[in-house]
Amino acid sequence: MHSALSSLSFSQATTVPRSNYAFDSHSPAFALSQPVNLRFCGLRREAFGFSSLTQSCSGRVRVSSRGHSKKISASAVGNGTPPKSFDYDLIIIGAGVGGHGAALHAVEKGLKTAIIEGDVVGGTCVNRGCVPSKALLAVSGRMRELQSEHHMKAFGLQVSAAGYDRQGVADHANNLASKIRSNLTNSMKALGVDILTGVGTIVGPQKVKYGKVGFPDNIVTAKDIIIATGSVPFVPKGIEVDGKTVITSDHALKLEFVPDWIAIVGSGYIGLEFSDVYTALGSEVTFIEALDQLMPGFDPEIGKLAQRVLINPRKIDYHTGVFATKITPARDGKPVIIELTDAKTKEPKDTLEVDAALIATGRAPFTNGLGLENINVVTQRGFVPVDERMRVIDANGKLVTHLYCIGDANGKMMLAHAASAQGISVVEQVTGRDHMLNHLSIPAACFTHPEISMVGMTEPQAREKAEKEGFEVSVAKTSFKANTKALAENEGEGLAKLIYRPDNGEILGVHIFGLHAADLIHEASNAIALGTRIQDIKFAVHAHPTLSEVLDELFKSAKSTQQPSYQKKHLGGICSFADDSHT
Amino acid sequence: MASPFLSNTTISFSSSLSSSHLPRLLPSISFSPIRFKSNPRRILIVRSKIREIFMPALSSTMTEGKIVSWVKSEGDKLSKGESVVVVESDKADMDVETFYDGILAAIVVGEGETAPVGAAIGILAETEDEIAEAKAKAASKSGASTPSAPPPSPAPAATSTLAPPKPAPAPAPAPVAEGPRKTVATPHAKKLAKQHKVDIESVVGTGPYGRITPADIEAAAGIAPSKTNVGPAVVVETTPAAPPKATAAAAAPSSLPPPVPGSTVVPFTTMQAAVSKNMVESLSVPTFRVGYPVTTDALDALYAKVKPKGVTMTALLAKAAAMALAQHPVVNASCKDGKSFTYNSNINIAVAVAINGGLITPVLQDADKLDLYLLSQKWKELVEKARAKQLQPQEYNSAGTFTLSNLGMFGVDRFDAILPPGQGAIMAVGASKPTVVADADGFFSVKNKMLVNVTADHRIVYGADLAAFLQTFSKIVENPESLTL
Repeated sequence: MHSALSSLSFSQATTVPRSNYAFDSHSPAFALSQPVNLRFCGLRREAFGFSSLTQSCSGRVRVSSRGHSKKISASAVGNGTPPKSFDYDLIIIGAGVGGHGAALHAVEKGLKTAIIEGDVVGGTCVNRGCVPSKALLAVSGRMRELQSEHHMKAFGLQVSAAGYDRQGVADHANNLASKIRSNLTNSMKALGVDILTGVGTIVGPQKVKYGKVGFPDNIVTAKDIIIATGSVPFVPKGIEVDGKTVITSDHALKLEFVPDWIAIVGSGYIGLEFSDVYTALGSEVTFIEALDQLMPGFDPEIGKLAQRVLINPRKIDYHTGVFATKITPARDGKPVIIELTDAKTKEPKDTLEVDAALIATGRAPFTNGLGLENINVVTQRGFVPVDERMRVIDANGKLVTHLYCIGDANGKMMLAHAASAQGISVVEQVTGRDHMLNHLSIPAACFTHPEISMVGMTEPQAREKAEKEGFEVSVAKTSFKANTKALAENEGEGLAKLIYRPDNGEILGVHIFGLHAADLIHEASNAIALGTRIQDIKFAVHAHPTLSEVLDELFKSAKSTQQPSYQKKHLGGICSFADDSHT
Repeated sequence: MASPFLSNTTISFSSSLSSSHLPRLLPSISFSPIRFKSNPRRILIVRSKIREIFMPALSSTMTEGKIVSWVKSEGDKLSKGESVVVVESDKADMDVETFYDGILAAIVVGEGETAPVGAAIGILAETEDEIAEAKAKAASKSGASTPSAPPPSPAPAATSTLAPPKPAPAPAPAPVAEGPRKTVATPHAKKLAKQHKVDIESVVGTGPYGRITPADIEAAAGIAPSKTNVGPAVVVETTPAAPPKATAAAAAPSSLPPPVPGSTVVPFTTMQAAVSKNMVESLSVPTFRVGYPVTTDALDALYAKVKPKGVTMTALLAKAAAMALAQHPVVNASCKDGKSFTYNSNINIAVAVAINGGLITPVLQDADKLDLYLLSQKWKELVEKARAKQLQPQEYNSAGTFTLSNLGMFGVDRFDAILPPGQGAIMAVGASKPTVVADADGFFSVKNKMLVNVTADHRIVYGADLAAFLQTFSKIVENPESLTL
């Protein structure tokens, strides 16, 4: 860590206005916990050399003056006393959403930043994930509506048979990805982030080489390095992916064909979203899920409801408790053949013949070739081991200084926005403010029709924790059926569920299934991030009539024994990591 | 599918469910305490230990409810107060709980289906011994034919005799016989089969790799293809796009006369629904009829001779028709698209057989090529199978190119058959009767005469074609030696 005494005062000076800057997801402690920070910085001052003071001091001064980040290293060099000269303050390996978020925040914080990308800017999310899939889902949502005669009739609308042009749909997804990709690239270029092309490999502490195959490698140094190499689709053994009839999400997003019947292996977010797309485009879907329940990651109640709405009435069937142990692509006039094995007895159970199979069994970290062996780091199932502050841990269980890993590559929470939040958290740390991301405040969403979203714990998780720690858990629910806006849209199907502590009003988790659930969740996730309690948030006003009244009603129906804070001086929620020791 | 459930008045029952007040959704919904008042047949004495679970009225405005999910499955033990089923009313989803202990013997209204308030949605048996009885009751409730029995194919109708329509679909990549193949049905096909109570094993798949598609089930259940099928049909770009099918057949008469008081309404069985559909469909074909008297003395003499060898009259007539058709291929043709003749390479004679609750048309394949004895034997097998409801789909479905219907055994002297969709002609055979005949020289004699009446599709078969065919048929019957060759 490089914070120094003098940086403290400057960073405080600069932090205060910046805390108003509505940046993604700072922990509640960020703006309010200056006393805590003080203590940490004090500790660090003892731990770190005096010599770094001038550098970071001068750097900070320049930055806070107007943020001309490009001049930092020059000024640092000009000052002539750095312990070692680095090419960059921060190098990020991987220009996905995580790397991008980190880079932007680093520039904001005045760091000279480079980002290394071996493929295309934007990573999985922009090119092969969330972004193109949203384009397909936008199409599927409209198709679904137009096809639902009943739905249209209820509006008094008459629509003749809806159809689609596959290439047009595919182009929409592809165009969206390109557009977002260029936005991302431009935003980094405009801010002065150097985009270095090639595969990045760590060759030693604070040292990275990069280069394209067949070209000489370049070596660059940086004070801090963030690994943000992301993940690739995970394909279990025995499954032969040919990219045509047996595919991963990478291929499916190109929508090169719409099979009559597709098996989707895995019923998590990815599988569910694709089932929404394919069934809207006329395919029939068979889910193959290894666990006994479909949608195993979701709150059970939400999962049950989602199954009722998203699976049962659609052209979908499923096999649960089975592994797809062998999948052979269609060839020689035969269809795709899937061998199912019982997950418990390991006995062969069934054979399916379908037109295509989509492997949505999760994602595997993309960490090969990163050169982790050069710094004595051993991956765990491919994931880079990190502590709660994303600091990389080596084979001996020690922290590797100046090396962080964010996003899918560390496996903590494999979501694009989680990666970005982790990146911002790391930048906070390397610029002298301790920061720990509260992963329980990170929302997640599944963009089916209707959508599913969640933040915090599921009910079983909350109950388990309550059992262990001896507190009470309550659950409140509201239905979309009672919401004016939802009914106006003829979309009354839906449920919002709040899991909370009645003793202090803390929100433990919120789960929503219904129209625009993915947008509605942020009121809850912000409340968790900021430590807002039930007894306070219920006084917040919501415009009428809006879908967000579903949450309004949800909060109002919860019962906290605490008085709202306008009746008392409220001090909670700001010192959540004050007791974290810095070993 | 709000099927009208006919309450079985012989079994008395009491209301067995109350709606539990569902805490999680709208907490303030109130229920009328006497929910089943509207059911006039309710008798309060419980004679049987089998109780019906009714669709509860969950709100004052609720007239029907949708079963969201069954919390319990058939065979589950229930104890008083337990949630059994989740019902969606016009207001919210509610858990419904039982008032009685027992076993959920049968689910009458499945998940996703709708039933009017007061209709039985499930059957509760008190002990395991009563499950069978309860199940039987459930079967009678469910209004449709028993799921195991019905030959699900469209089977034809009342007075006339019709073969199923299915114009032998060109099997895609043919289901090559590689030993016993398991049935492959798509997810939607399975759902439809369950919904329409079609035995999926009896359906022949026409989809890729011989799989059973939703269209196959719909054909088997005799319903019009659902319009919501987006499929490739609307995919502009993919080539095999079939034009979206108009579902004109489904158009129901807009104004129905009010029912006569005291009448009962019995829904069609699957087979009857199929017949109905075929009959309506037949209206789109311009047909005409030509009758012909045929002297059968020679045929009767032949029949007397070959009967001990197991030859039936049906086989003789089928053989005669087949031989005549061989000379008049246009009568064996069909018009599939209104633009062309489809000449069939085989002569497959479908013969109408009355079976309990309907009729079916087993097909004598290649009737012109098989000899009389083989044909008779084949026919006997088919009839036995038909009566036992064990006909394989290819034995009654799709394959017929010409239909023969004989009501002569009932003394009918002539009748008029409706042309089954997908065929060019159908022959209605009356009874052979002694008739006084004057010949060209003015001599009277008594001969056995039989009237045959052929209905044909005038788009492809013209009057002269049919007359010529009948002439040939008549010659064959009057000189039947060729039948035994």
